[in-house]
Amino acid sequence: MLKRSLMHGTRTFRVAIRALGRNKMRSFLTALGIIIGVGAVIAMVSIGEGAKRGIEDRFASMGTNLLFVSPGSRNVRGVHSGFGSFQTLKAEDAAAIEELPAVMFVSPAVNARAQVVYSNKNWNTSIQGTGARYPEVRAWDVEFGSYFDESHVRAAAKVCVLGADVKQNLFEDEDPVGQVVRVKRIPFKVLGVMKRRGESGGFGSRDDMIAVPYTTAMRRLQGIDYIQSVDVRAVSAALMPEAQRQIEELLRVRHRIAPGAEDDFQVRNMSEIAETAAESTKIMTILLGSIASISLLVGGIGIMNIMLVSVTERIREIGIRMAVGAREKDILLQFLTEAIVLSLIGGLIGIGFGIGSSRLIKKIQMFSSMNTVVSVESVLLAFFFAAAIGIFFGFYPARKASRLDPIEALRYE
Amino acid sequence: MAQNIIELRDLKKTYCIGETEVNALRGVSYAIEEGDFLAIMGPSGSGKSTLMNILGCLDRPSSGEYILDGEEVSRLDKNRLAGIRNQKIGFVFQSYNLLSRTTALENVELPLLYSSVNGKDMTERALAALASVGLTDRSHHKTNQLSGGEQQRVAIARALLNDPTLILADEPTGNLDSRTSSDIMNIFKTLNEDKKITMVMVTHEPDIAAWARKRIYLLDGLIVREERD
Ligand SMILES: Nc1ncnc2c1ncn2[C@@H]1O[C@H](COP(=O)(O)OP(=O)(O)OP(=O)(O)O)[C@@H](O)[C@H]1O
Ligand SMILES: [Mg+2]
Repeated sequence: MLKRSLMHGTRTFRVAIRALGRNKMRSFLTALGIIIGVGAVIAMVSIGEGAKRGIEDRFASMGTNLLFVSPGSRNVRGVHSGFGSFQTLKAEDAAAIEELPAVMFVSPAVNARAQVVYSNKNWNTSIQGTGARYPEVRAWDVEFGSYFDESHVRAAAKVCVLGADVKQNLFEDEDPVGQVVRVKRIPFKVLGVMKRRGESGGFGSRDDMIAVPYTTAMRRLQGIDYIQSVDVRAVSAALMPEAQRQIEELLRVRHRIAPGAEDDFQVRNMSEIAETAAESTKIMTILLGSIASISLLVGGIGIMNIMLVSVTERIREIGIRMAVGAREKDILLQFLTEAIVLSLIGGLIGIGFGIGSSRLIKKIQMFSSMNTVVSVESVLLAFFFAAAIGIFFGFYPARKASRLDPIEALRYE
Repeated sequence: MAQNIIELRDLKKTYCIGETEVNALRGVSYAIEEGDFLAIMGPSGSGKSTLMNILGCLDRPSSGEYILDGEEVSRLDKNRLAGIRNQKIGFVFQSYNLLSRTTALENVELPLLYSSVNGKDMTERALAALASVGLTDRSHHKTNQLSGGEQQRVAIARALLNDPTLILADEPTGNLDSRTSSDIMNIFKTLNEDKKITMVMVTHEPDIAAWARKRIYLLDGLIVREERD
């Protein structure tokens, strides 16, 4: 019984392949809809997955016992226009936070973008004003030379540490330690180079930066008397809630906030931020995927269209097959198989096409910071979706074919 | 006495086109013995093709009985009829009805696609059938590259494939010249005499009908005359 149905299966498959082979160009064009659909789904989802992976890596490398203190109330969380427009957070707040028992290290942050010049080369990058404990807070080590220390911070010294990208772009193979680079015409002595951290999907290279003491960034580069945020490393992951509570209590006292009034700062922990970021990439993935799915759907309608034409063209063939003993079921299966084979072949080529374009996106210079990850799930999903489309859109034409009357079909001109 | 392979009892077929009814068959009763060679004649529109379609289980009568090989088939469902066409009946049509752009061999194999014969036997049997109509050297030609007579021989080979008890031919020589026609009739005669296959054929031409051993004449859906050699 099984052997027989297996034999029938392969036979139906062979008949379908032959029928499709008789009209190669048309079969290819029909499959093209599915190829593009499946390819687009895979490529789009790979962009979303890449972004997600980038965020995960980024957060994983920073460790989980990290807190961020930024000015502004909790209610405006997520509203980016508010960010940086608050001037309530001061360097003294950061120093006070560092004294808290649940806190290990802090690093104030004062960031901006500027041009960095070395001899005849220049490079636009992110100038990150940090504390001396930044490497410990962010779990990010120095590769050559050293990071600046407390005395540099206190003196607002004109020293800096380069990110790997900046080092590469300005110095190439030269040793930068001890050299002088200029930011806004101010000379900075290079103390060291940070370890390379690699790409992070969709967010620019994390190695494209230079670090300077935050005091230097405040006074010499930006001329401000407040800090933008404070990175805080808690003593341990278990003490995170405690650290958060202590910071909130401290800042309310320091900022003289009356009981019941809103905070003028917010403390967020790593996992919260990671969750928000993961949520937004998930939405992006779903969005990209569903837009691409529409093209897959259009491909399916293309299959239905061609199969309907094909049924009309082959009415006589159907009559002949019925005359020699084909049952309704046989005709139904034959046309259904043709539709499924078309969409599966389209699906397979589409997978190749999707993986190819996802690699290409990664390579193209314009998107250099964009990572793409083709996941097995997205490939399987797209493939089964293609097969389902073949069945769904192939069924109606196939049923139409199988319901034909043999005599009328034989007489059809 | 030979057994009756076909018994028709008061067979009627009425087509309804809108309000008007066309009585294509108006009560045909007849018996065909196993091994008979029968020609059906009659003017155009007399119901010959209608009768052939019912005999071939492609269509069902409006009323009456059709007993084929001891089984009442006039009320069977479509799937059972398809099975009977596949196992017991071989068709030969005036317009050949072969799949174009397909080789002779694949055309001949067609009935086996719908029966339970495995792939190797399939090709073997198809080649044997092609050999029996003298077309071994044409088996890999596409059917649209063959002459009319050759195409009709391919159709006969296809009809032979499942060792049918009955071959039905509706004007098999209608599109052929007289020499090719007698080639085809020779094949029919051999099949009838050597393999004892019952042959029923429709024709307009008396000299083709002369190859048969019995002839019936239809007029307005009724058998009006029978001739036996
Ligand atoms: N599907 C149909 N619907 C309506 N009427 C039909 C149908 N098929 C046949 N008829 C009618 O039934 C009658 C018999 O037709 P049939 O095809 O059997 O004639 P025939 O003897 O084979 O003629 P010919 O020698 O021209 O082939 C004709 O009047 C025809 O118009
Ligand atoms: Mg006719």
